[in-house]
Amino acid sequence: MHPERRDFLKLLAGGTIVTVFGFAERVQADIAGLPGYPNQFGVLVDTTVCVGCRRCEWACKQWNKLPNRKNLDEYEKDQTVFRTMRRTLADTYTVVNRFENPRDPSRPIYVKKQCMHCYEPGCASSCFVKAFTKRPVGAVTYDASLCVGCRYCMAACPFDIPAYQYDEPFTPEVTKCTFCFDRISKEGGVPACVGICPVETMTFGRRADLIDLAHKKIRDNPGRYVNHVYGENEVGGTSWMYLSSVPFNRIGFRTDLGTAPIPTLGKPFLSLVAPVFITIPALAMGFYSFKKRRDKLAEEEIRKALEKKEGK
Amino acid sequence: MDASAATAEFKPTWVQDKLFLGMTFKDYFRSNLTPFNAVVTMILAVGIPVILYRLLYGLGPSTNLSNNNPWGIWIGFDMLCGVALAAGGFVIGTAVHLMGMKEYGFLFRPAVLTGFLGYLFAIIALTFDLGRYYRIPYPMVVSWGVNSVLFLVAWHVALYLSCQFVEWCPAIWEWLNLTKLRKIFIKTTLAATIFGVCLSMLHQSALGSIFLLMPEKLHPLWYSEYIPLFFFMSAIIGGLAMTIIESMASHRIFAHQIKNHDPGHLDRVTLGLGKATSVALFAYFFMKVVGLAHGHTWAYLDTGYGYWYLVEVIGFVLVPAFALMYAVQNRLVRMVRVWAIVVALGIVLNRVNHSIIAFNWHLPWADRYVPHWMEVVLTVTVVTIGVLTFRWIMNRMPILYDHPDFEPERH
Repeated sequence: MHPERRDFLKLLAGGTIVTVFGFAERVQADIAGLPGYPNQFGVLVDTTVCVGCRRCEWACKQWNKLPNRKNLDEYEKDQTVFRTMRRTLADTYTVVNRFENPRDPSRPIYVKKQCMHCYEPGCASSCFVKAFTKRPVGAVTYDASLCVGCRYCMAACPFDIPAYQYDEPFTPEVTKCTFCFDRISKEGGVPACVGICPVETMTFGRRADLIDLAHKKIRDNPGRYVNHVYGENEVGGTSWMYLSSVPFNRIGFRTDLGTAPIPTLGKPFLSLVAPVFITIPALAMGFYSFKKRRDKLAEEEIRKALEKKEGK
Repeated sequence: MDASAATAEFKPTWVQDKLFLGMTFKDYFRSNLTPFNAVVTMILAVGIPVILYRLLYGLGPSTNLSNNNPWGIWIGFDMLCGVALAAGGFVIGTAVHLMGMKEYGFLFRPAVLTGFLGYLFAIIALTFDLGRYYRIPYPMVVSWGVNSVLFLVAWHVALYLSCQFVEWCPAIWEWLNLTKLRKIFIKTTLAATIFGVCLSMLHQSALGSIFLLMPEKLHPLWYSEYIPLFFFMSAIIGGLAMTIIESMASHRIFAHQIKNHDPGHLDRVTLGLGKATSVALFAYFFMKVVGLAHGHTWAYLDTGYGYWYLVEVIGFVLVPAFALMYAVQNRLVRMVRVWAIVVALGIVLNRVNHSIIAFNWHLPWADRYVPHWMEVVLTVTVVTIGVLTFRWIMNRMPILYDHPDFEPERH
């Protein structure tokens, strides 16, 4: 073997071991490390209760000190916003939308929208600098000090929640509901929106208890709800869950999301990294040695033929 | 130095020799007053201010990106198409250095240069798309988001860019007459090629895998568990087609650089590349059919998006596959070149379909993305600067020809 080729092989082997195994281990550790925290909090939203006062929108803006704040009475009075379907924006972490009620047209259905705080968040698995973290209390938080601004999280969110400060030229951030992480981390704290709701549309508590509560409500009130707790299983489960009197696709929810957590969709591909780095160099070196051998044999044949000619 | 000799015979200084093509600055400047450069100047006159505008005023005023459509043509065209069409370096490198296809050896340097510049300018375009472009090294040095397919893309594209730089370096050292450096770098070519094959396989397919996380946004005809394979196969096709196109163009424009220019040799090689493209297209087409069967998405074919899908898969994959087969069998080199352009356009269509046209298909038209004129201008500007860089290097470095002072590289 040529010394240079041996050196090259050494280099290759060393490099492969470091990059592949280091990389693969970390990938696995991280995916396994997206835990379903057993004691995480959640919120159960009962859309049959909400009256559309929009106080939650106001409280959210106040607590998070978001731009374009208005007085509380302006929120309560302004019904024109319900004419269009709204989504979360850079300055708005939560919105309430109005839907027609097919069972009773005089009583429209109001649905609050905000980050669902997935068990295994698509945004966290999409982020290449790990700016998103699923906290043990249930909140999915965002660290702007790491964000590069690729906006993959926005594309990867099945609920279209993260928004972007497009008008910020130098330090734009992704924005989304924080589950009032600071408030709920303290004993007895509830999110600002839950705290202000005058009709107790939202119930804050341990997610496991809320699932029991949701099914109990469905059982105890026959005919009031459809038998589905939205968020119990959607994309692997979310911390925020909803009850509804009409099928969820009638009130702006996507019912085609399935129950597979978004991170699991990319996982099989990531598991290919190590095999490629192990098998391809081996195959390539194989090809290369065949080629070398073929060239050598051809050269020898030519040499022999020439010798024969000269010998004659 | 003998003064009379210096006046009788113009002896260029180092700068004049290396940068001004052996001319004085005045002559060099005059030689650049061409219609092509006039067009380029006009593009840059509009494009550079647009770039500055985007950097100073942000993405909001300069793009049509929105909260529902976070990615536009800077990702869908500049990044996805740029990287796919720059796969020629890896395809030709594999053929020449690993499989020993010596007759393709002369394509290696131009293909590597095209590949290197393709990646470089894809990254430059991506920089403008990033909200905080100045943090572009963050996934390497600050925080590792190893769960993310994009993390893999970032690392692999960066590493692969370095690989291609290493493969291209001998040409730089020959230009600068640095014999020792050249020797070292030529020895690393094989390692760089093998490493590059691994990296290419993974990041080409990873660019498709980005969409694996969005089953609810990408149209079912394009969403498939096979996306990684589709992207990898179509990148090989894009690389082959671009090598045909690039070699045609550069052997025409820079023919004067090549001693004993033999168009027949290029024609034979073009037929070989056309054959490979045809085979790859057939394989890709059958994989696409398997994808339809696997996802059981046949019913979508009889919809508007379905017809569009058929335009892509039949018009730009199956038809070119047959056309190239016919052209190769009848040795119609011109036809191979024309259809290579169709194939490259098909790759562009495929990437734009994934990222823009079939993306967010469930949204009403009012919420869909149409590029802002500044996005288009910036894209055109980046491509133009890429072409200028290519020309600048081709005019100076031994890319198409063997440098007379050095032994040719052994493949």
